[in-house]
Amino acid sequence: MYHAIVFLPLIGFLIAGLFGRLIGPRGSEILTTSLLVVSAVLSWVALFNVGFGSGTTRIQVATWLASGDLRVDWAFRIDTLTVVMLVVVNTVSSLVHVYSIGYMAEDPHRPRFFAYLSLFTFAMLMLVTADNLVQMFFGWEGVGLASYLLIGFWYQKPSANAAAMKAFIVNRVGDFGFLLGIFLVFVLFGTVGFESIFPRVGELTTQTFRFLGYEWNALTLTCLLLFMGAMGKSAQFLLHTWLPDAMEGPTPVSALIHAATMVTAGVFMVARLSPIFEYAPVALTVVVVVGATTAFFAATVGLVQNDIKRVIAYSTCSQLGYMFVALGVGAYAPAIFHLFTHAFFKALLFLGAGSVIHAMHHEQDMRHMGGLRKHIPLTAAAMTIGTLALTGFPFFAGYFSKDAIIESAYAAVAHTGFAASYAFVLLVVAACFTSFYSWRLYFMTFEGRPRWAGHGHEAHGHDDHAHAAHGHDDHGHGHAHTPHESPLSMLIPLALLSLGAVAAGFAFKEAFIGHDYEHFWKGALFTGKDNHILHAMHEVPGWVVASPFIAMVLGFVFALYFYVLRPDIPGKLAAANPVLYRFLLNKWYFDEIYDFLFVKPSMWLGRFLWKKGDGLVIDGMGPDGISARVVDVTNRVVRLQTGYVYHYAFAMLIGVAGFVTWYLLARG
Amino acid sequence: MMFGFGILTGLLVLPLVGAAFILAQRGDEASVDSNARYAALAATIATFVLACVAWGQFDSSNPGFQLVETHGWVSDAIRFKLGVDGFSFPFVVLTAFLMPFCILASWTSVTKRVREYMVAFLVLETLMIGVFVALDLVLFYLFFEAGLIPMFLIIGIWGGKRRVYAAYKFFLYTLLGSVLMLLALMAMYWNAGTTDIPTLLGHKFPAGMQTWLWLAFFASFAVKMPMWPVHTWLPDAHVEAPTAGSVILAAILLKMGGYGFIRFSIPMFPEASQYFAPFVFALSVVAIVYTSLVALMQEDIKKLIAYSSVAHMGFVTMGLFTLTPQGIQGAMFQMVSHGLVSGALFLCVGVIYDRMHTREIAAYGGLVNRMPVYAVIFMIFTMANVGLPGTAGFVGEFLTLLGAFKANPWVAFMATSGVILSAAYALWLYRRVVFGELVKPELKGIADLNVREAVILVPLVLLTIWYGIRPGTILDAFAAPTEALIKNYQAALTAAKTAMLVVQ
Repeated sequence: MYHAIVFLPLIGFLIAGLFGRLIGPRGSEILTTSLLVVSAVLSWVALFNVGFGSGTTRIQVATWLASGDLRVDWAFRIDTLTVVMLVVVNTVSSLVHVYSIGYMAEDPHRPRFFAYLSLFTFAMLMLVTADNLVQMFFGWEGVGLASYLLIGFWYQKPSANAAAMKAFIVNRVGDFGFLLGIFLVFVLFGTVGFESIFPRVGELTTQTFRFLGYEWNALTLTCLLLFMGAMGKSAQFLLHTWLPDAMEGPTPVSALIHAATMVTAGVFMVARLSPIFEYAPVALTVVVVVGATTAFFAATVGLVQNDIKRVIAYSTCSQLGYMFVALGVGAYAPAIFHLFTHAFFKALLFLGAGSVIHAMHHEQDMRHMGGLRKHIPLTAAAMTIGTLALTGFPFFAGYFSKDAIIESAYAAVAHTGFAASYAFVLLVVAACFTSFYSWRLYFMTFEGRPRWAGHGHEAHGHDDHAHAAHGHDDHGHGHAHTPHESPLSMLIPLALLSLGAVAAGFAFKEAFIGHDYEHFWKGALFTGKDNHILHAMHEVPGWVVASPFIAMVLGFVFALYFYVLRPDIPGKLAAANPVLYRFLLNKWYFDEIYDFLFVKPSMWLGRFLWKKGDGLVIDGMGPDGISARVVDVTNRVVRLQTGYVYHYAFAMLIGVAGFVTWYLLARG
Repeated sequence: MMFGFGILTGLLVLPLVGAAFILAQRGDEASVDSNARYAALAATIATFVLACVAWGQFDSSNPGFQLVETHGWVSDAIRFKLGVDGFSFPFVVLTAFLMPFCILASWTSVTKRVREYMVAFLVLETLMIGVFVALDLVLFYLFFEAGLIPMFLIIGIWGGKRRVYAAYKFFLYTLLGSVLMLLALMAMYWNAGTTDIPTLLGHKFPAGMQTWLWLAFFASFAVKMPMWPVHTWLPDAHVEAPTAGSVILAAILLKMGGYGFIRFSIPMFPEASQYFAPFVFALSVVAIVYTSLVALMQEDIKKLIAYSSVAHMGFVTMGLFTLTPQGIQGAMFQMVSHGLVSGALFLCVGVIYDRMHTREIAAYGGLVNRMPVYAVIFMIFTMANVGLPGTAGFVGEFLTLLGAFKANPWVAFMATSGVILSAAYALWLYRRVVFGELVKPELKGIADLNVREAVILVPLVLLTIWYGIRPGTILDAFAAPTEALIKNYQAALTAAKTAMLVVQ
């Protein structure tokens, strides 16, 4: 069954990719989508089998590579964590496949699109089922490749190509750390398989390792290096810059890869490696600080963005920060729980946004929307549910998972100290911001006076529609159209995800973080002997429990006031605080700083080494000096005599050979 | 065995038979050219088939030399001795495998002096296989040096505009190195009294002598690799060489340096190897970072790939001198995979060069619009070049870095940054050539791969992916000799240490 779950998407990819032209767009859609649906159904079966039944199993597929004492297998590790991820990945992926049938209907490259989606799903499944670090790295880079291909799907757009490249390269920076982490694990444990690593971590708590001139605690260093990989993939602070740009890809891609699944790979990795992280408290503190900073930073940027997809992208970034805080304080289960619920409501928000964009003929700027609720009521309803879930409205999915994280952060203060208090404060503030930007998005899009009639489409040049499918004639008369509700293939996924966004928290609360914790996880998430965070978080004071709710209400009230009751205020505020506004609008100037710090110097250095190093120093001193003379002379000689360079070459060969033979014979 | 000669002699003779046949052709030019092409293709395919037969007889679990044959030659001491082990045999197969593709890649792009061109390639094939199968030092040296000549001709006659400059630069660099090797070779003969490689592998050279011998061999192999800072001949040679010349240069000729290290430097001079390992690490790391940065800024597609080759060879030298099983096996694997991938990349460049006759990156853009199949294949090789797991490029990089991390974390730290830089230059190249809108008027009519080009590239794609998923087929061939090598190396070092203690 697990073979089917993992390899069906691969089969879909291969058939749609190789024979897409033969079976046509419709054939590719039906094939890949139905294979994915089968995978998804099997994943739910697996969840109930494993989560409420048997424990960890390992399924060997084949040997990958063996060298000396290193042995890497293609194998599946099936435990509760795996099956939870299988459910998340395959459910969202199959819904996104279905949704894309409607969303991409006008695109001529649908076979390629569906092939990429399936390839992504396969790589993601390899990642979550990995039983060793190297296979995980295979999936890790595989999803990176798929993400690169899908962000750059509309290859005629320069901005999409740039964003795709940026995503891949920034991720490689993270992978740099991941690779070093794998090496260190191998040096410490002599293996890369989880089964053999995990039981032995406890023996190494005091081991040190000399790296880059410092004597590190070996486990701390391992975890920090591996976490660097997680920061890249999950777009954490300092390595986050690729995620907003990744919105250049088609919207279903944003929902699948850049919201629900791939970006949560970092969270999954830390949870999977919880048996190691649990013994590296320093590394966990770093995880808390990075997570909290990201959660706060991304939320502030989200406050002022005008592109509907970018708001949600920053929101994703911020929510990932929440998950890392939970991981860092040792509350692995709440982190995975939030990953689980987040997948539903964030995919819902993205697909809802896609539906809005579809309705608006590829308009993404919220300043050119407004009043859409009357025209696309079903989408509006879905977005409302998504927003309620994200902001943590009582009894929606986010309420259970996000509040659990904030409570665990508070509960950890006693144990972790400053980092946890820092995280708690930032997370509560970020919760307020989350509520504000989410409702801002909702109000700007669906409420108020329509801002799209007549002048709503002037911003076309830089929008989604630049790709071939949407010829300009399609849009020339777009102005006359009123926004239209999306087709059924898009609405059904929205409905199913809405169901998830409402119920996923309530239905799985007990299993993930409640009374059934032990029984459900069966040790898939490791908690140390002194880790009582799951009990402590249920015993936090009342004001802590209430704080995210209050923050949410505050955010809602501000958004309501600013964007519904007094729509003139935001502009005035921005004008009154130009520095702050520009700082936030330009995403804290990270792109500019990185360009200045890394991109420009690398290019300068490359050119310098090429022209000065290779050209002037090495060649100038060595071969050019000599060969210039030789060429001068020989050119003359060549012209004088036979005119063929190669006669001389043969003379040289014979000379060399003759010399050697003579010398050795004389000696021999 | 036929007439007392074995299968390895057959591998050396078959291409020469083809060459002789081509030279014997008489008649009008068009039919001679056509016959030359078919004869060369037939000869190279026959060689490959024979190599596969040899593969069937080869036992990869045996660390010693196999298929050995020996004949009287110059003297009793210097014999015509051939044989292969796990380190050399994969390269024999790789050479035989790639040659038919080279002939096919030159099918239409070479129009002048076709007969001589094919002869040069066939002779080159004999010489390259000779390097890997020679079990006598003099024989090795002859093959090693003689390989220069046809390559020199291929660049000098069928090359681009600055071919004479490039050919001489290539020749000078490599000849300079080989003169030193020649001296070392004589010194070894004086000391050991034999040029028989298996005997020399068991011979213990005095420690002081090892240093000098090591340096002399290093001069030759480092140029061939090429290692920084003696790499500057490579970009020029690649740029000016015809496509098939570049393929052979990148895929096989560069590997002779690495093969030399593993065949001679490390096992014969273990103490010197240990002493110089940090020096090799330093050069390797500089090569990886430096040439990757330089590659980033190239404006010529072939030059960019040439610089990336230098960086990849940096992983090889680094891996070899870690003297860990992963490092050595990874380095050997990296050489084979780089042979496939960089060869394929040069073939990809050849495809568009044949159409547009320029290698300027700026002259292209938006090729995917007209050449979707080409775009896919080029993407796969680009990804293999950046070492994406699941392609052959990953295995070698991963294992060499792992070995380096065991030997020296600093080295691994700096070399691993190569994975970031390689992604940057490779993807940037791909974006500028393949993605974007097709606006340049001269590209409007460009055609996608034809059947001949697809036949060349598709097997390479399949192998690149297959070896990425199941590298064992090659990797295991290196396992037995690597184990033996490390054991002997450790034993030699221990013996040297004990000797030192006794003296003290």
